[in-house]
Amino acid sequence: MLAATARTSRPPIFWVLALLFGAFVLFLYGPIATIVMLAFQGPEGGLVFPMNGLSLHWFGELFRPQSIGDIWGSFDRSIGLGAIVMVLTVLFSLLAGLAFRHRFRGSSALFYIAVASLVMPSIVVSLGIGSMFEMLGFERHWYSSALGAHLTWTLPFGLLIMLAVFNRFNPAYEEAARDLGASSWQSVRHVVVPIIAPSLVGVALFGFTLSYDEIARTSQSVGALNTLPLELQAMQTNATTPVIYALGAMTTGLSFAVIGTALLAVLVVRRRRARFGSDSGKAV
Amino acid sequence: MTVSYEAPHPVLTRAEPQGPRAVRRSAAGRLTAIAPYLEAMPLAVVFFVFFALPIVLVVVVSFFGYETYRLLIPDFTFENYRDVFSEAVTYRTYLITLEFCAIVWAITVVLGFLIAYFLAFQVRSATWQIVLLLLCTIPFWTSIVIRMIAWIPLLGRNGLVNRLLVGTHVTGMPQEWLLYSEFAVILGYVHLYALTMIVPIFNSMMRIDHSLIEAANDAGASTWQVMRTIILPLSKPGIAIGSIFVIAMVMGDFVTVDVLGGGQVASVGKQIATQLSYLQFPPAAATAMVLLVAVIAMVALLVRIVDIRKEL
Repeated sequence: MLAATARTSRPPIFWVLALLFGAFVLFLYGPIATIVMLAFQGPEGGLVFPMNGLSLHWFGELFRPQSIGDIWGSFDRSIGLGAIVMVLTVLFSLLAGLAFRHRFRGSSALFYIAVASLVMPSIVVSLGIGSMFEMLGFERHWYSSALGAHLTWTLPFGLLIMLAVFNRFNPAYEEAARDLGASSWQSVRHVVVPIIAPSLVGVALFGFTLSYDEIARTSQSVGALNTLPLELQAMQTNATTPVIYALGAMTTGLSFAVIGTALLAVLVVRRRRARFGSDSGKAV
Repeated sequence: MTVSYEAPHPVLTRAEPQGPRAVRRSAAGRLTAIAPYLEAMPLAVVFFVFFALPIVLVVVVSFFGYETYRLLIPDFTFENYRDVFSEAVTYRTYLITLEFCAIVWAITVVLGFLIAYFLAFQVRSATWQIVLLLLCTIPFWTSIVIRMIAWIPLLGRNGLVNRLLVGTHVTGMPQEWLLYSEFAVILGYVHLYALTMIVPIFNSMMRIDHSLIEAANDAGASTWQVMRTIILPLSKPGIAIGSIFVIAMVMGDFVTVDVLGGGQVASVGKQIATQLSYLQFPPAAATAMVLLVAVIAMVALLVRIVDIRKEL
């Protein structure tokens, strides 16, 4: 009823802002859409419009080893690193989130260090980690120095999400579990984690995608073998064929797949919860 | 500083050991006492080893000497800082970086406020709010390098925009300033960071009690008056958080300047990256320290407006 009356009385400002919003969405997605389109050109295709034919030629080109640098090596490293960062981010953020529900010495300092890590210019973090490994005489690798660099970027997001989640978490559930004789571990495992599962999926999404796309903190910390974003940045300076668009389309497709999977997972959890979560109102 | 940390909930009550079971429970009791420390440990260790320690090292290295074939020579010299402050290019670079910051901040704050206002107050169905916000958020989870490269076929000399301009006789010849220019860099920043402004402002707006707005409407306030006297002041925390992100990102950026500036545009971050590409660690560290002080000063100002912990 409210919606019906509202619809008739949309103020002009609604339409102005709706137009602005539409333009903004176009601005957000337009560029990506153009490179995806250009990636599907024929073998004669160039770097700009108009489209020159229609084919999967440039995607095929991605798999020809001589055409481009170490794309698949860097792709593998990025995926591997993203997966490790994802697991560690979920685990460490969840644990820290549990810790932050109680007062402990240094909790305030730790919180501000996390925020500082988030707003710290990435090049400074990267330079610091690079210098540290250089001074210690350690070789820089994607699985050591770059892994650490990525965690300084993903963990603040994870921690902030967890803090927001536990701010809204009703401790009564846990107290109920404890009253029923559950140990701390059991109440976390069977009560807390299932309740916050959708948020954990969110943290995982942040962990993977932020790592998979990270470039600034990786730059000085990755060592000799690049991750995919760095490889792409290096490629774009001397790109002459749409093969770089094909790569861009592919990696964007992968990002979309990951985002889609995460959103779907959240949706499924919610559905299940709506269906099985409560028996209120089911009594005869 | 007005920022303070408070435990979000009243501290959870841990079951206190009582009576004869107390003795048996004491070991477990000790474990519960140290549990938060154990739980926070992995996070703390990561931040200590890969964040706090490296930042301290940047400070240390900024006083080091260097030679062509030795990256780091332990020393205590102000040489690097003297170099930073004595070169005119430093001041020009800072000026340009601050200019980027100011322009991008102004655009994103207006855009962010309007988009967030639209989503929070003009879109009335909760489902549509989520869907539209997600639509804005999804690009945040995709590659920033690709999002920058994607501008090239649009803005280039033979790009789509130039074709349209020439085709419709708006301009006689293709415009060169669209790509590899300060314009392109600013466009790239707005494209990348508008979201970091929208989300915190939206978050603040969703907490505004709608009865305030109804009261204002009943008292005869116009939409504009409601926006200016109620929504804007109450959105301040979100605006402050968004501003912290945008300013920190733009101040330290070197990737966008590299890809969309195409070597034509300078920034402080780019200067550090260039020094690092010549393996000049100590001068890069000195430049980084100056950048750090600038960012901290700006963030400290903004943090006075907002208690981040309360906004979660």
